[in-house]
Amino acid sequence: MRLKITHQTVYRYDAPVGFVVQSLRLTPSVFDGQKVIEWKVDIDGAEPGPGFRDGAGDWVQVWTMRGPVTEVPVRIEGVVETADLSGVLRGHREMIHPMVYLQSTDATAPDDALRALAEEPEADLSPLDLAHALSARVSEVIAYRPGVTHLNTTAAEALSLGEGVCQDHAHALIALARLRGLPARYVSGYLSADADGAEHEAAHAWAEIHVDGLGWVGFDAANRCCPDDRYVRTGSGLDARDAAPIRGVRASTGMRAEELDVTVAVEPVAP
Amino acid sequence: MYYNEMLDGTKVREAYAGLSDWVDQMPAEIRQMKQAEAEALFRRIGITFAVYGEGGDPDRLIPFDMMPRIFTQSEWRRLERGIKQRARALNAFLRDVYGRGEIVRAGRIPARLVYQNDAYEKAVVGFVPPRGVYSHIIGIDLVRTGRDEFFVLEDNCRTPSGVSYMLENREIMMRMFPELFRGNRIEPVDGYPDLLRRTLETVAPAKCQGRPRVVILTPGHFNSAYYEHSFLANLMGVELVEGADLFVEGEFVYMRTTEGPKRVDVIYRRLDDAFIDPLTFRRDSMLGVPGLMDVYRSGGVSICSAPGAGVADDKAIYTFVPEMVRFYLGEEPILKNVDTWTLWKDDDFKYVMDNLGDLVVKEVHGSGGYGMLVGPRSTKAEIEEFRQRIKANPSNYIAQPTLSLSTCPTFVNEGVAPRHVDLRPFCLCGERIELVPGGLTRVALKEGSLVVNSSQGGGVKDTWVLSE
Repeated sequence: MRLKITHQTVYRYDAPVGFVVQSLRLTPSVFDGQKVIEWKVDIDGAEPGPGFRDGAGDWVQVWTMRGPVTEVPVRIEGVVETADLSGVLRGHREMIHPMVYLQSTDATAPDDALRALAEEPEADLSPLDLAHALSARVSEVIAYRPGVTHLNTTAAEALSLGEGVCQDHAHALIALARLRGLPARYVSGYLSADADGAEHEAAHAWAEIHVDGLGWVGFDAANRCCPDDRYVRTGSGLDARDAAPIRGVRASTGMRAEELDVTVAVEPVAP
Repeated sequence: MYYNEMLDGTKVREAYAGLSDWVDQMPAEIRQMKQAEAEALFRRIGITFAVYGEGGDPDRLIPFDMMPRIFTQSEWRRLERGIKQRARALNAFLRDVYGRGEIVRAGRIPARLVYQNDAYEKAVVGFVPPRGVYSHIIGIDLVRTGRDEFFVLEDNCRTPSGVSYMLENREIMMRMFPELFRGNRIEPVDGYPDLLRRTLETVAPAKCQGRPRVVILTPGHFNSAYYEHSFLANLMGVELVEGADLFVEGEFVYMRTTEGPKRVDVIYRRLDDAFIDPLTFRRDSMLGVPGLMDVYRSGGVSICSAPGAGVADDKAIYTFVPEMVRFYLGEEPILKNVDTWTLWKDDDFKYVMDNLGDLVVKEVHGSGGYGMLVGPRSTKAEIEEFRQRIKANPSNYIAQPTLSLSTCPTFVNEGVAPRHVDLRPFCLCGERIELVPGGLTRVALKEGSLVVNSSQGGGVKDTWVLSE
């Protein structure tokens, strides 16, 4: 499938700010399931660093603005050719040992409820079946409902609420997989609307679980499936914060109010 | 018995031959006067900080003992070879575990100890810093138990401190006892700041033009080692900066100055990994430089020591350093490790539980003489209390035999008496591996004590290496 992505994130400030630094991880991953036809990242008035591919295979680039500015507009536009690999991240070059992704973080720290849930699937399942079983359980116990959770909601909190968005599903699944000894990580990217018009979060997130022999496999518990050709993968990390597509700070601005305006569109286009 | 570094029975050993007359002939009242003078000098300089990770009151003066600790040239040569060998192996290990991880693939070190280590930084995987050096200043803590018996207690690959004591102890000795330095041929240590600067300049990034600009990045004046940061910056002739003095623009890091921004090539940071860049590590850190890691990874600046270098120096990895020497260098280790029982292994656990009263038990990530048990010097109740702590979390502990640390003559109230000592030399790694002849000798001032940490009643001594 050929997908066209337009993504704009604008940070607005009520007074001018200086020395803005943003580290972006907003370029599609390179693997057998996706090929970049064209891709452009731009921040008006900012100077790009040279960029590099990190150990996880993500393309990272720092952008800086000395300012002062009242607006930082991050614009992404591009076209990606995707293929359905049933979630398997085949042909992805990366160097980080999977065991690194067994490490828990604040957002994915287990509590008793997560531990109990992790123990539900039987012990003798194959790692792949276990991953599927855990993902299915997350879909059942956390209903999709926007607005009840926020950026800093943890996996344990989302489970206790029983509701959340894709970030919460991913965090919960990561926590469960790690509890069962499977390396797991958070993936950020985009998701195209279905042909039948069903709505999704266009700026999307899911989990990847490492299965011996198969490598990393994506699981989207929010949509009860594995990523296919509607998905575009951009970056990964231990949790949402670690995988954030945009990490930024402004220098010495004190209590300036920051407003965030995000628009994302992902649509199939003819090749 | 303990190895006495000065006396072999009643015979004075070679190293101390030139010193024993000096000691014998010094009247007690002169000695006390000199001791007071030394303390006044230290106070005036303001050197009152704790050695890295030791804790305790940062403003407390660490006692200085005027009796130097002495090595002969041949003793030092062997130590030097051993230290440099270890430094090469540690850097080879870091390069390997942030690359292909051959030592893990070969089954020589368990993957878990490396990849699930808190100090392992995935943010630098796949990046090789200039000259493949990750740890540029390695402090190796050594103890001696016999004429030719030296053991490594621990390696410090991050930002070991204490080198200002090495320099100040010498300075003060030379000021107070110039006659000693006329009568003995002692290798100088005052070249250290220049050597450090030159070492750091050799690891500037390829993009650097002209003479590299080196800065020291400090957390600020409230840090217990701030004195050392400013002392070194001054002697090296480089700027001392805090995070807010630096900023990232495009592909480089700049320092704010009254003459406008100046590009920085090498950052000798005295700040832990977690604080150096809020975009990559702790986002609440106000001490670091946002975007620094991105510039580092794209080759715009060098950070010394490299982020992630700490994975080479925890107490669990320590047990594998001799294996690293064999694996990467194909050599036999010159310096020995202390036998270490790792409590996550069942056999080791059982042995340690059966022999707790004879062993020293330490926390894997602990330092400074805290959180440890010295079996032979503990009460039954203390041992039992510690046993419960170990049982609750065995993998948090290692155990070692109680070492018979060597003694050096030390001035005490009653005159001169043997006290236990250790040694921290500072090995510099850049284009070449260098070691100034000397180091920081710490001495346990309490009679019989084996704990040299300043927070536990330790002091410091000038350390001499005699010329041929």
